Amino acid sequence: MNVPPESFMLFGGVVAVLLLASLIGALLAWRAGNSPDPAIQNLNARIKAWWVMVFLIALAFLFGKGGVVLLFAFASFAALREFMTLADTRRGDHWALATVFFVSLPLQYYLVWIEWYGLYTVFIPVYCFLLLPIIAALRGDTTRFLERIAFVQWGLMICVFCVSHVPALLSLSIPGFEGHNLLLIAFLVLVVQGSDVLQYVFGKLFGRRKVAPSLSPSKTWEGLVGGVASATALGAALWWITPFNPLQAAAMAFVICLLGFFGGLVMSGIKRDRGVKDWGRMIEGHGGMLDRLDSVIFAAPIFFHMTRYWFTL
Amino acid sequence: MIARILASLLATMVGVMARLVTGVRADWRGCLPELRQRIYFANHGSHGDFVLIWTVLLPHLRAVTRPVAGADYWDRPGPRRFIGRKVFNALMIDRHPLPSSPHPVEQMVEAAREGSSLILFPEGTRNTTDEPLLPFRGGLYHLAKAMPQLELVPVWIDNIARVMPKGEMFPIPLLCGVIFGEPLRLETGEQKGAFLDRARSALLALRPRRGQGEDAATEAHP
Repeated sequence: MNVPPESFMLFGGVVAVLLLASLIGALLAWRAGNSPDPAIQNLNARIKAWWVMVFLIALAFLFGKGGVVLLFAFASFAALREFMTLADTRRGDHWALATVFFVSLPLQYYLVWIEWYGLYTVFIPVYCFLLLPIIAALRGDTTRFLERIAFVQWGLMICVFCVSHVPALLSLSIPGFEGHNLLLIAFLVLVVQGSDVLQYVFGKLFGRRKVAPSLSPSKTWEGLVGGVASATALGAALWWITPFNPLQAAAMAFVICLLGFFGGLVMSGIKRDRGVKDWGRMIEGHGGMLDRLDSVIFAAPIFFHMTRYWFTL
Repeated sequence: MIARILASLLATMVGVMARLVTGVRADWRGCLPELRQRIYFANHGSHGDFVLIWTVLLPHLRAVTRPVAGADYWDRPGPRRFIGRKVFNALMIDRHPLPSSPHPVEQMVEAAREGSSLILFPEGTRNTTDEPLLPFRGGLYHLAKAMPQLELVPVWIDNIARVMPKGEMFPIPLLCGVIFGEPLRLETGEQKGAFLDRARSALLALRPRRGQGEDAATEAHP
C-alpha cells in the first residue's frame, strides 16, 4: 500500500501545530522562570510525548499496513499489560492470562493483517469469551470466579478487540477510495486526540462545572462542549481526506468525540475503583498507554462499523 | 574471551526481556543510586526477583553488586550456572549447608569484606502464601553485626510474584516496580529480634497500597 499524498500534508499540519505548542510551552516555562509550575512542566512533557507519538505513527504509515498493524499490536500489548496489572487475579488465572497475551492478542492482529473480517469480529467476543472461563475452570480455583474471569475478558475486549479496529480500517473497501484507507486512521486519530486536547484546553481556560465529579475531577461541561464542538468542526474540515462529504464527516466526528469522551469516563471509573490515578507511566506527562488510548478504544469499533455499513459495498 | 562476550550479550538480553515483560521502573524513594557499599534486602516472590533489582541498577552499581542466590537452584550445571555465575556474578550459598561446607553468613561477610554490595532475601525462600512478607531469618542480622558500617537498604519488589508464580513455566507480562527505601543500620546494642522486626517493617512500609481504593486519586489526565 502506498502512502496517500494527503498524509504528507496532514503530517505537515500536525508538525506545525506541535511546533506552535512547543513554542507556547517554552514561552510559558520561560515566563515562569525559576519557579516552574507543575502544570506547565506537565504540559511540556505532554507536548514532548506528542512529538514521539506523531513520529511513531508517521513511521508506521511509511511502512503501510504492516507498520500500522504492528504499531497497534504493540499498543494493545502495552495497554493489556497495564490493565492486567490492576486485575485482582490469582494463581489460578495464570493460564487464562497466558492465553490472552500469547494467543488471543497475536492471533487477533494476524486476522486483522490477513483481513479475515468474518473471524476477527467474532474471535474475541465469541471464542475467547467462552474459552477463558473454561481455562480458568480447569484450574479449579473458585474464589471470586466470575469477578476474576470478567476482568480478564474485559481487558481483552478493551485492549485488544477494540484497539484492533483501528488497523482493521485498512481492510474496508470503499468505492472510489481505494488505496487511501490510511487516511481513515488519520481521520479517526486526529479527531479523537484533537477532541481530547481541545477538551483539555477549553477545560483549563473556561472549565467550571464538573460533568462527573465522582469519576473525573478534570472533565467539565465547558471543556466537553467546547472540545466536542471544535473537534467536530475539525472533522468536518478534514472531509477532503475521507470518503465522506463535509456534513457526513462532521456527523462521524461528532459520534467519535462523544464516544471518546464516554470512553474516558468509563476508564476513569475503573481507575477510581482500583484506586489509581494513571494506568501506568509509559508516556511521560500523559500516564500510561491506556490513559492515551481510552478515547480511541471506544470510538474505533463504532467508527469502523459506521463506515463499513454506510460506505462499503 | 568468548565466555565474556556471551555473558555481556546475555546480560543485555536479560535486561531487555525483563523490561519487555515487566516494564520495570526504579523508585529511589529513600536513597539515591549512589556508588556506596550496600546490602539491598528485598521480598522474595519469584526467581525473577534479583533479575529485576539487577536490571534497574545502573551499570556502575551493577558491577559491584552481587545477588545472593541459592546454590540448589542457580548452581546446577548447565546454562543456569553460567548465567548465575558469569552474568549476575551471584554469590552461591548452600541454604542447607553441611557442617564441612562454608556457612552462608561467613560467605556473605567475606564477599562484603571484598567490597561487594549484596542483594539478599531475608525471608530465605520464595513467599507463596497470601501474606505479603514472611518472617525474616537471621542472616541479615549476623551480616549487619559483622559489618556494622554497611547501609542496609530495604527494597520492595512489586507484583513479580504474579508475573511468575512458583511452579509456572512462563511469565505473564505485568508491570512491576522496584522501590528503594531509606537505608538503616544496626544500632549499637540492638537485639536480634528487635532489629529483624525493624528491618521487616521498613520493607513492608514500602509496599504500595492497591485495589479497592476509596482513597481515589486526585487528578485524571485528559
